Amino acid sequence: MTWQQRVLRVNLTQGSCTTEPLNMDWAHDYLGERGLATRYLWEGMDPRVDAMSPDNMLIFATGPLTGTMASTSGRFAVVTKGPLTNAIACSNSGGKFGASLKYAGYDLLILEGRALSPMYLHIVDDEVSLLPADDLWGKTVWETDAAIHEKHQDPQLKIAAIGVAGEQGVRYACVVNDLHRAAGRSGVGAVMGSKHLKAIAVHGTRGVSVDDMPRFMKVVKSTWKKLEENTGRKQLTELGTNAMIDTMQAFGGLPTRNFQAVQFDGTDKINPEAMVTPNENGHTNLITNKACFGCTIACGRIAHIDQKHFTIVNRKEYWHASGGLEYETAYAFGPVCGVDDIDALTFAGYLMNEHGMDPISFGVTLAAAMELTERGIISESDTDGIPLTFGNAEALTLMAEKTGKAEGFGKILGLGAKRLCEKYGHPELAMVVKGQEFAGYDSRALPGMGLGYATSNRGACHLKHDVFTEDMEDQSAQGKAQPCKTSQDAIATIDSTGLCLFTSGAWDLSDYAEQLDAACQGHWSRERLEEVGERIWNLERQFNLAAGLSKADDTLPPRLLTEPAPSGTAKGRVCELDTMLSEYYELRGWNAQGVPTDETLRRLGLQQ
Amino acid sequence: MVTSNIVSFEYVAMPKALKMIPEKCTSCLMCEMACSLENEGLFNPAKSRIKVFEFEHGRTSVPYTCTQCEEAWCVHACPTNAIVINKITGAKEVIDDNCVGCKVCTMACPYGTVNYNSATGKVIKCDLCGGDPKCVEACPTGAIVYVEQEVAQ
Repeated sequence: MTWQQRVLRVNLTQGSCTTEPLNMDWAHDYLGERGLATRYLWEGMDPRVDAMSPDNMLIFATGPLTGTMASTSGRFAVVTKGPLTNAIACSNSGGKFGASLKYAGYDLLILEGRALSPMYLHIVDDEVSLLPADDLWGKTVWETDAAIHEKHQDPQLKIAAIGVAGEQGVRYACVVNDLHRAAGRSGVGAVMGSKHLKAIAVHGTRGVSVDDMPRFMKVVKSTWKKLEENTGRKQLTELGTNAMIDTMQAFGGLPTRNFQAVQFDGTDKINPEAMVTPNENGHTNLITNKACFGCTIACGRIAHIDQKHFTIVNRKEYWHASGGLEYETAYAFGPVCGVDDIDALTFAGYLMNEHGMDPISFGVTLAAAMELTERGIISESDTDGIPLTFGNAEALTLMAEKTGKAEGFGKILGLGAKRLCEKYGHPELAMVVKGQEFAGYDSRALPGMGLGYATSNRGACHLKHDVFTEDMEDQSAQGKAQPCKTSQDAIATIDSTGLCLFTSGAWDLSDYAEQLDAACQGHWSRERLEEVGERIWNLERQFNLAAGLSKADDTLPPRLLTEPAPSGTAKGRVCELDTMLSEYYELRGWNAQGVPTDETLRRLGLQQ
Repeated sequence: MVTSNIVSFEYVAMPKALKMIPEKCTSCLMCEMACSLENEGLFNPAKSRIKVFEFEHGRTSVPYTCTQCEEAWCVHACPTNAIVINKITGAKEVIDDNCVGCKVCTMACPYGTVNYNSATGKVIKCDLCGGDPKCVEACPTGAIVYVEQEVAQ
């Protein structure tokens, strides 16, 4: 119960689809999703293999609570070795795909090898087929979604697909499911492309049960209520995640023009208020909000673009509604590239979903190219005749499309900021950790977030730790190691339940424990969840160390360590990473080189 | 065994009806999970009597189920009298013991809200949970309400 206790293993080289029992010992040690998939990855592959080789594994994993009435139960994770970072990649998504995979009777879908020619996977419960996708190869995510629905005449198929970006190995290609939700980061879509797998279409009808249904429903009702009454939840529902743009602007933590500034003049043109304010043509960007499966928050935005806007005036195919601006998209196309045109940002967001790319990595990579242009290192002759100047909305949308289609300079942008800046001899301009681009929180204003970025197992990421509150209260580097570690462990657990991290503003680990305890076999307490989280974090670390990463990769770009923030509450500050890092290693039970000690590994059951 | 063929259209009182407010629907499918839990004992939207339909990349989401229509085509069409009217709620209810799974009702229903369940060999449809619809309770945004019929229209 709760776990389907079944794994679907697809070997694309052999063309085989087999099921096997879920390793329940691992489920009890790692829960599901992120943790459990990491355990399978650790067992099943050599961390040193090339991320784009057939020897890499790609795992789609649901959690024990996926598909239940616990709020936000639509989550699944995509875990693999990432081509952007050469570290472990774990990207989480919502929408309806994950619940459908669970309903089909699988906790995990493991993909191995590489098909000889393009294929897609069709799953209706026990009927699993690998079907030719030659006619889908080269199509966008949206075209693929429509074609598979049409072919099978099954509106209930939930589809996860890659676009041309994933096929062509754009380093930050993502897997898009249900048209505009995505396992967005670290290039998991490029791995899927390297396996010649275009899409996974699943229609699950077996359902999910839990251990103690009456108790579970009682707990679920009380956690729903907690969420309903929470102020942060209300803000997410009403304003969406983009509410953060005003907070970061006021605080001076909003990375601007490739992190040369920390505040952006055009924020009021792209913030939640701008999304609901009619423009000069009377057009309003935002239409409504939308939930993922089983979610009582509904932070997702559905928007449409003014038909008179330059991006779509002659392109009727984009006159429909689609996924609207979220904070990270608004940040990565707006402040970081200096663009304040809300419809251009929205259109670039459409293109990310349509072609299957991570908006954060694309935006920060484009910003690096813009700074290279500003410094005269590259020019229009390098960039297909398009001036990549900060603030150029047309450059943003044209380059988004070129990158999505792997055309012209888009191919170079598809390498990511690290490889782009190395190519032009200025690695210091890449705003990345371990090769992955930053989210929208500047480490000079938010030092604890900086420590989190530096130590995140998948490279720069805002979703693997939460030192936000502590940083807002106190901008010093003192005392940030502990909340960083604690939140990393807690989030590793939450990411493994099947629920969304956005519940964590209203729930603490006891709330997750109570829901798991009612749903799952065995006893689930807060303490046990803390240990599970720490175990997951350390196993991810072990994977990275085995892959060849080291302490040298736990760092930030020199700009954040040496160039003081020019304005805002952190004016004059740099991120004092070194002091935080040594304290962090100690708290983690790692040696001075950032390697977990034998004692730590034994304590967590990672070593005999 | 086929029981009485008497079908009554007289209601004890003006029954309440489900009212859908698509503008409030976020397409979270809590209604589908609650429906399947009530009727099947587990979370399984594939077996839900209520369905949410999404249009244009999610611009509009519409929850939809049996309207308990006055014409009651399903009741008339059933050759085994397996669909009867609950006099208190007005719901057209499937009597499992009488249903032989012939699917005539699924064709007779102009709204497509009676469906065949291949697992049991019988049809399923909304029965208003005996007057306490679980979808209403589960909807986090009030997009499904159970109200007096005049209000519903």
